[in-house]
Amino acid sequence: MVNRESNVFPGILGRVCDRPCEPACRRGRVEEKPVAICRLKRVAADHRDDVTQFLPRAPRQKNGKRVACIGAGPASLTVANDLMPLGYDVTIFEKWGTPGGLMRTNIPSFRLPASVLAEEIGYIVDMGVDLRLGTPIESLKALLDSREFDAVFVGSGAPKGKDLSLPGRHETQAVEDHIHIGIDWLESVAFDHIKSIGKRVLIIGVGNTAMDCCRSSLRLGATEVKVMARKPRNFFKASDWELEDAEDENVEIVINHAPKSFVVENGKLTGMMFDRMEYQLDGNKILSEKVAGEVFFPCDDVILAIGQENAFPWIENDLGVEFDKWHVPKVDKLTFQSSRPDVFFGGDAAFGPKNIIWAVEHGHQAAISLHRFLQGQSVRERLPALLNLSSRKMGLHEWSYKNDYNPVERRLMPHVDLKERFKKINIEVELGFNAEQAAAEVQRCLNCDVQTVFDAKLCIECDACIDICPVDCLTMTANRPEEELRQHLKAPSRNKTQPLFVSSALKHTARVMVKDEDLCVHCGLCAERCPTAAWDMQKSTISIPHASDESPSCTPPQTLKIA
Amino acid sequence: MSFITKPKITHPGLPKNDIGLTRRDYEGGMSTLCAGCGHDSVTAAVIEAVWGLSIRPEQLAKLSGIGCSSKTTAYFDSGGHGFNGVHGRMPSIATGAAAANRDLYYVGISGDGDTLSIGFGQFAHAIRRNVNMLYLIENNGVYGLTKGQFSASADIGSKAKRGEENKQPPVDPVMTALMLGATFVARSFSGDKEQLVPLIKAGLRHNGFALIDVLSPCVTFNDHEGSTKSYEFVRDHYDEVVHADFVPPATEITAQYAEGHALPVTLHDGSRILLRKLDPSYDPTDRTRAIGYLREKLQQGEHVTGLIYVDQSSSDFHAVNNTTATPLNQMAYEKLTPGRKGMEKIMGRYR
Ligand SMILES: Cc1cc2nc3c(=O)[nH]c(=O)nc-3n(C[C@H](O)[C@H](O)[C@H](O)COP(=O)(O)OP(=O)(O)OC[C@H]3O[C@@H](n4cnc5c(N)ncnc54)[C@H](O)[C@@H]3O)c2cc1C
Ligand SMILES: Cc1ncc(C[n+]2csc(CCOP(=O)(O)OP(=O)(O)O)c2C)c(N)n1
Ligand code: SF4
Ligand code: SF4
Ligand code: SF4
Ligand SMILES: [Mg+2]
Repeated sequence: MVNRESNVFPGILGRVCDRPCEPACRRGRVEEKPVAICRLKRVAADHRDDVTQFLPRAPRQKNGKRVACIGAGPASLTVANDLMPLGYDVTIFEKWGTPGGLMRTNIPSFRLPASVLAEEIGYIVDMGVDLRLGTPIESLKALLDSREFDAVFVGSGAPKGKDLSLPGRHETQAVEDHIHIGIDWLESVAFDHIKSIGKRVLIIGVGNTAMDCCRSSLRLGATEVKVMARKPRNFFKASDWELEDAEDENVEIVINHAPKSFVVENGKLTGMMFDRMEYQLDGNKILSEKVAGEVFFPCDDVILAIGQENAFPWIENDLGVEFDKWHVPKVDKLTFQSSRPDVFFGGDAAFGPKNIIWAVEHGHQAAISLHRFLQGQSVRERLPALLNLSSRKMGLHEWSYKNDYNPVERRLMPHVDLKERFKKINIEVELGFNAEQAAAEVQRCLNCDVQTVFDAKLCIECDACIDICPVDCLTMTANRPEEELRQHLKAPSRNKTQPLFVSSALKHTARVMVKDEDLCVHCGLCAERCPTAAWDMQKSTISIPHASDESPSCTPPQTLKIA
Repeated sequence: MSFITKPKITHPGLPKNDIGLTRRDYEGGMSTLCAGCGHDSVTAAVIEAVWGLSIRPEQLAKLSGIGCSSKTTAYFDSGGHGFNGVHGRMPSIATGAAAANRDLYYVGISGDGDTLSIGFGQFAHAIRRNVNMLYLIENNGVYGLTKGQFSASADIGSKAKRGEENKQPPVDPVMTALMLGATFVARSFSGDKEQLVPLIKAGLRHNGFALIDVLSPCVTFNDHEGSTKSYEFVRDHYDEVVHADFVPPATEITAQYAEGHALPVTLHDGSRILLRKLDPSYDPTDRTRAIGYLREKLQQGEHVTGLIYVDQSSSDFHAVNNTTATPLNQMAYEKLTPGRKGMEKIMGRYR
């Protein structure tokens, strides 16, 4: 349930999340690889018992307000998840016959099994959401004019795949039949409209959509799949692990080739012509580029995976919902409100394609706004995030967390055998961590939630904490400006973007205790060796407010009286 | 969970010494002393100094007696040699070891109890012999290991944790050493590594007996109000008279000092100690005046710290006793024993 609170879709995200959290993981500072947070969430999701009795429920007594969500992707589903328990009537309109959005139509089932999707979406819909499938909204005006709803949330995604207009693109129908737009093609695959593809396939583009296209092709009969990249490897948009998984399946990634034309013979597509590019690089900057020749790649099919856009042909111009010159809606970054107060946006529809976890976060924030708006409160006066600290000390040498530093390296995800996995399109490739792997992987966590908290009045300046710290985080020295302090640390300061902790003046010498948090492994030894408990290890619990934390009528929160 | 050993993980930017080792390579077993014990800081200072001198771990011999202080030899340089002797007998072991092998650096670690009570005689004779060793007293005014009885270094009027007052006069190891003719005498404080680390370096390189009396508070039995060896009291009554900077051989002295304030002393191996006089009237090479100065300050209740006296001219133990330059363990067996005939000859002399 903890897993579900912010995340909403633990089983889904535990498999296919873009993992924006992992680059931030501090394990990556003391070792190369961060903790496999995503995989561990899957472990927690897959091995749970029946949770139905703990799930949020909608009250029998409704509050009389009605919210329409357009699109049944993760953004809208999150809005419903947060608003249903507060007594709202939420209706979701979905164009397709199944809910889930791109999670259902684009993310292939060998990465995300339909059963996982169905279960986690079911938890939300079963609260009593009025889910209207096969019901595209063709006019926002009509919806608003119907006066059936008090507010509208647009979670319609970014459904338009970009095309590539090069010579030969539309030469004959036969040619067009073999050139596919990535996200449309994946959608057709998901709905079983497409069941096969040619032997030789070229994928244009090297983002995550390209990875799904190439791996799906292999499961539909292709034997020679090449992903064509315009630029060198460090410019790839796809996540490292998706690239790895594709390459494991023998997909060839061809770098430095810019598409030039579709080659057509006798009205049939025979391949594509590319410019071979040469770049002069300075790290991640391209200084100059030049074309060093032309290369022909034969193929039977081409899949274009060069990006998506949002498109709102169904939103009329005179409704008060403003768009900028690229036809992107003007949406407030904090409240997700559009220029029309009763219309909110979230997910890919708001700021262009991102990923599921962002769509979820947008959904949470929009739900808070919708709730405040519908209760007649300002959408900008939101509850702040709170931080609670509580000591982990249990006894003289006992802490209520596992404080030892475990040197094991990141565990590798076990995969289904390479031959086995191509037999059917929906064989999930990743098996999930086994018990030993999960146990080892969690021990890689540096317990960043358990913070070192310092109380200057207690310190007797015995040096014990400084001597024991394995990574030399601590220094006692005369106070001076931060830049100068960095020159006087026990170990060189590596991460200048992280501020130093500087205590108030110490009792005996008026020096200060300085901590460079950068590499702290939260081993607790400083607190353990401190004779006066000037250092303590305290668990910090962040509470990020959701709509359910707002009081039902949005009055300012009451202070709890403790008897 | 807890009671973990210090994890092996290190800061990647940790500096390396001339032989490619980091400070962490000079650590030892996990300390079992009380959290905050001054002795642990002294251990850290020894690690820092030995690392800074680029001494190979196995070049160090660690010797000690009994006491919390004496336990600390286990907490640094696990690659070195160690001998934990009986109470107060560390000096004899050090003397024997030094006689047998002059290639090692000898660090003796002792407590005020170990040195000034049961081992007082041994201490005196090691000084008299000018044994080539660094002798560190971790001085806390109590017998820590046996739960805090006053030791011989407890000051008159100092209060025990339960309130009783010490009425007997203290033995001051620094004064004693000066009287006995010690050639390197210093006092420092576990809470001042800037002072202590260079003193340890200089003491290790000194030719002869080097004493550092380190005030090293016992947090458990002698860190309360009324104690004259608490962190707070020491900091308040702490008077650095001469600061020593250690300058390795062939390194230029770059800092600028006012006239009469700096005094370089060259050690036998070519390294130098640069003495920065904080009291310009003080002369750390004049034994008689040093004794007078200490007396005076003692009456004012001040702990004089820093390098109090240094003499590079007297003969060390090896010169006086004509010991062998080749360590005994490298000498051929025939050379080590007189043989049957030689033995008979020697015995003949006593008939
Ligand atoms: C090939 C591919 C792979 C991806 N892989 C990952 C991944 O591994 N991990 C990850 O985190 N993200 C991935 N993403 C991105 C992720 O799927 C999206 O960012 C996320 O689904 C956006 O959620 P959303 O709720 O904003 O919209 P969507 O998921 O796009 O849902 C929008 C829904 O609205 C419906 N709709 C649109 N217009 C209307 C209308 N007028 N009336 C009614 N219904 C309408 C659509 O049919 C759709 O069901 C991938 C995207 C693609 C294209
Ligand atoms: C022969 C002998 N007598 C007495 C003792 C008991 N004893 C153990 S440690 C100690 C005193 C230690 O005091 P000190 O050297 O100051 O060390 P500290 O623990 O204070 O560091 C005594 C008397 C002993 N171990 N052996
Ligand atoms: S918890 Fe304390 S001792 Fe451990 S790494 Fe962090 S600062 Fe150092
Ligand atoms: S161990 Fe505690 S008392 Fe000692 S210096 Fe550190 S914080 Fe201060
Ligand atoms: S009893 Fe005193 S001397 Fe012994 S370890 Fe504890 S604090 Fe240190
Ligand atoms: Mg003692």
